[in-house]
Amino acid sequence: MNLSMRWLKDYVDIGNVSMREFSEAMSMSGSKVEGWETEFDGVKNVVVGKILSVEPHPDSDHLVICQLDIGKEEPVQIVTGASNVHAGDLVPAALHKSQLPNGVKITKGKLRGVMSNGMMCSIGELNLTKGDFPYAVEDGIFLIQEDCKPGQDIASAIGCDDTCVEFEITPNRPDCLSVIGLAREVAVTFDKPLNLHTPKVKGCGGDIHDYLSVEVQNKELCQRYVARVVKNVKVGTSPRWMRERLRASGVRPIDNIVDITNYVMLEYGQPMHAFDIEYVKGNKIIVRNALNGETLTTLDGVERNLTEDMLVIADAEKASAVAGVMGGEHSGISEGTHTVVFESACFKGSSIRVTAKKLGMRTESSGRFEKGLDAQNCLPAIQRACELIEMLGAGEVVDGVIDIDNSGYQPTVLHLDAEWTNKFLGTDIPEERMKQILTDLHFTLNGNEITVPSFRGDVEHKADIAEEVARIYGYNNIPTTIAKGSPQGKYSEYQNFERTVNQIMLSQGLYEIMTYSFVSPKQYDKIRLPKNDPKRNSVVITNPLGEDTSIMRTNAIPSMMDILSKNYNNRNGAVSLYEIGNEYLPVEAELLPDEIPNLVMGMYGENKDFFTLKGVVENLLEILDIEDYDVTACQNDPTFHPGRCAILSKDGEEFGIIGEIHPLVCQNYDINARVYVGKLDMFKLFALMNDEKTYVPLPKFPASTRDLALLCDDSLPVLTMEKAIKNAVGKILEKIELFDVYKGSQIAEGKKSVAFNITMRAADRTLTDDEVNAAMNKILKAMEELGAQIRA
Amino acid sequence: MKAALEAIEKKAFEELEQSTDLKALDAVRVKYLGKKGELTAILKQMGKLSAEERPVIGQLANQIRAQIEEKLEESKTNLESKLLDERLKTETLDVTLPGNKQVIGKKHPITTVLDEIKEIFIGMGFEIAQGPEVELDYYNFEALNIPKDHPARDTQDTFYINDNVVLRTQTSPVQIHAMENKKPPIRIIAPGRVYRSDALDATHSPLFHQMEGLVVDKNITMSDLKGTLEVFVKRLYGEDSVVRFRPHHFPFTEPSAELDVMCFNCHGEGCRLCKGEGWIEILGCGMVHPKVLANCGIDPEEYSGFAFGMGVERVVMRRYNIDDLRMFYENDVRFLNQF
Repeated sequence: MNLSMRWLKDYVDIGNVSMREFSEAMSMSGSKVEGWETEFDGVKNVVVGKILSVEPHPDSDHLVICQLDIGKEEPVQIVTGASNVHAGDLVPAALHKSQLPNGVKITKGKLRGVMSNGMMCSIGELNLTKGDFPYAVEDGIFLIQEDCKPGQDIASAIGCDDTCVEFEITPNRPDCLSVIGLAREVAVTFDKPLNLHTPKVKGCGGDIHDYLSVEVQNKELCQRYVARVVKNVKVGTSPRWMRERLRASGVRPIDNIVDITNYVMLEYGQPMHAFDIEYVKGNKIIVRNALNGETLTTLDGVERNLTEDMLVIADAEKASAVAGVMGGEHSGISEGTHTVVFESACFKGSSIRVTAKKLGMRTESSGRFEKGLDAQNCLPAIQRACELIEMLGAGEVVDGVIDIDNSGYQPTVLHLDAEWTNKFLGTDIPEERMKQILTDLHFTLNGNEITVPSFRGDVEHKADIAEEVARIYGYNNIPTTIAKGSPQGKYSEYQNFERTVNQIMLSQGLYEIMTYSFVSPKQYDKIRLPKNDPKRNSVVITNPLGEDTSIMRTNAIPSMMDILSKNYNNRNGAVSLYEIGNEYLPVEAELLPDEIPNLVMGMYGENKDFFTLKGVVENLLEILDIEDYDVTACQNDPTFHPGRCAILSKDGEEFGIIGEIHPLVCQNYDINARVYVGKLDMFKLFALMNDEKTYVPLPKFPASTRDLALLCDDSLPVLTMEKAIKNAVGKILEKIELFDVYKGSQIAEGKKSVAFNITMRAADRTLTDDEVNAAMNKILKAMEELGAQIRA
Repeated sequence: MKAALEAIEKKAFEELEQSTDLKALDAVRVKYLGKKGELTAILKQMGKLSAEERPVIGQLANQIRAQIEEKLEESKTNLESKLLDERLKTETLDVTLPGNKQVIGKKHPITTVLDEIKEIFIGMGFEIAQGPEVELDYYNFEALNIPKDHPARDTQDTFYINDNVVLRTQTSPVQIHAMENKKPPIRIIAPGRVYRSDALDATHSPLFHQMEGLVVDKNITMSDLKGTLEVFVKRLYGEDSVVRFRPHHFPFTEPSAELDVMCFNCHGEGCRLCKGEGWIEILGCGMVHPKVLANCGIDPEEYSGFAFGMGVERVVMRRYNIDDLRMFYENDVRFLNQF
């Protein structure tokens, strides 16, 4: 909302307050000032000049030499190429070292050898249009017809010195989208009287019912419909003061009738509509729902397809306006208009909002209606419009008002509970002060019974009353205290687990990333997910910004691949990343998906291989004290290299996958390098982790170690051998360390040599050779069962 | 015999002087003091001496042996020390060469700031709550006093899954879950991802982070709201921060406020950072609307509370002087490495 400070003065005089103080005080009482701008603020040294003489230029046919009275003893000489200047004219004179509204600087100079001490300006050079000064010409000097004198500053001379303040009005306060509404707030904030004005219409006799009848068919959506008729309309230009105020408020002046509707909308906050009665067939206005398939060409020339949930203003034949949104193309005011109908109505906000949204045209009018306007404002607003008609001599107002009021308005009545209010706010505000504040805000008090004014539809609860009191009392005057009874804050067990996981990742050189949770469905193709894979079933956004962000990911790997790809293509050499990111898995017959956090790790670059990644994961599992998990080769996950991928599981339950990304997937992400990615389910890890540690005394007896070199099939997993050894040795096994895997010249094709270092120890004695040998024999037997022989 | 002893002493000393390594020193020791050494040989002839001579020569011989031993020890020490010096000299390093670093990863800057915020609130007795990102319309809007036809619900702001399910546009629904799941006293913050259908540019992202806070108990007042948030802002931005509470509107709080902090750059004068206002908006807050309490089955006559919410990315951007929001989600390691 843009407020003209000059207009504000009609309603409240705050005296000599700087704009900074004004803005600060208004922001702190609840009407936030976003900024302010004084028209012609940057204009310097441009004054009114009176042309004393116009002489031909000795060396030019199209230039003339003018002497101008600029209120000083000596006239100034200005040379111009314009042909519309004559002695006696008042013109804007930009003098030597002046600046125009568009920032252009003017200095003196010679034109064909004759000194010109500045420039005379056109309206265009002053950033104005014919709408602002209809009598001005566009292709010549602006000949000022205002009451002003030579030497006067141009801004004040032509009324371009108003200050416009931009307010951010919250949606609960549509009443403040008006001069009067803001004036009310200004008056309370600065504790000054508010000078309200009751419009008076003389009327010219006659009876509106001879001109017009109105039928409201949908009483729910049209809460009030007020109409008046103006005859003998003289469409013309509005007076300067009105044009100035409109301009300062950011509205373009058009003609007196349209200007009046806009003026009243700005002043009262009530959208108005004026239309030529010629276009009301049968002189009857019907407010009804549109018919399915009905069309209407709106003022902007666009043909609109209407639906039956939209409200229209129609005559007996067809719709002429979309109620509260925009008028029809052929119903507006033209030069030939004789009789005008003014409409001041109140439509249901939610309906207007839906209609405007459906038609894709949010107008000034719809933006106001959708916030819910005050039906009690319709009549004063239309009276004001008619008063202005008479004041401007723009027509004759026919007696009588058509007023169909379906609003059923009942004022809200609340109870002032000063004790509760103070307890709620933590203040000690006297009841009398509260009452004063409420009265100033135009609430009516009868004892402690508060009647809420009709324009404050947002106030419906005692908490709202507390806010009114608090904001005028001043939020900054409320004391600051700390809530009592502070329990100990802490992280939950899961949050602590998550912090640990983060730390282990960071300590192993992985950088944390954050990626979007929505992806393109094409990502599933890029990671080679089969067409019929159930993981393609995703939560779909019905109104996405684009395909790239249209589904919630069921797999966080594509997001990692995207980021690895970006880094690879930005030529970042070796990269190790991780993210703890959600996967969103739809659940049959449930409205909401499961949101499962996953730890995703990704890396590429020099010195990285499958075992780099596996080492990171092994460290993590070790710190989390997850032991005896299974690592199973996985050959059938299409995202991964079939020979370099493993499923991690414990007691048959999978909790993660690690591997080298399939070369075709790398190709899909434009990565020409080997990429290693792992993904672990955070909830499962949390369930598996063991954070209860028990101290085991350091060994008192020596250990026995044996080396064991075995020859076996290349396909026999080392983990299987280790497990068999573990089983065979039993309790006295302390650790198994793999120290060599060899394939090559001395080993038969398809075989490998595997060497372990096996440590055995008993807690209560020194192991005898017999015991150790017995254990080794058991190992050998177990190895034989696996097809592994001791190497000679 | 005495002369022979003295000659040995002299010779031994000379040879020790000339020895340049440990091996030579040992050879001298063997030559004179060893089992077949010259001094030992002389001592073996002691038996031939008279009773008067024997103690005198014996004493002398022992004396000389001791002197040679002492000299030997001294030479050995000197030589060892010299050798060590020489070794140390050859081992000199260019200490300005870089160290062998273990690569350590870095937290995402948003995590760094979020962790700091969490620590502040945990220190004030808060716990951390979470809620779903794919959320029921009821929790995201209706329970927060934003009915079906409220302007804040325009699809231009909200991503819809269907009529009843949205991507949460704010972390505020976690308030509702918290109040439904736990009886007061409640004291939580809820950081998390939120979604708005704003196209990605330097200052907008369809996904960003918010942090919600909620306190509900008996006798919670607006002055508690002010005090708590003032402490938070001062811990986050420094003890000398100046804050103000400015009236505002949120459907789920009443009274509502925005908390501004005086511009760190211009101290209230107005500059580019604060867009000339002198203040920077940090968060929205207010007393929990009694209707919202009632929606969650909490009696507004018995309990009251306050809530607050803030955007996290802006805090991070100001902290590190980042001017483009997109950097957060591009995750270029050259960016991540800076924090």
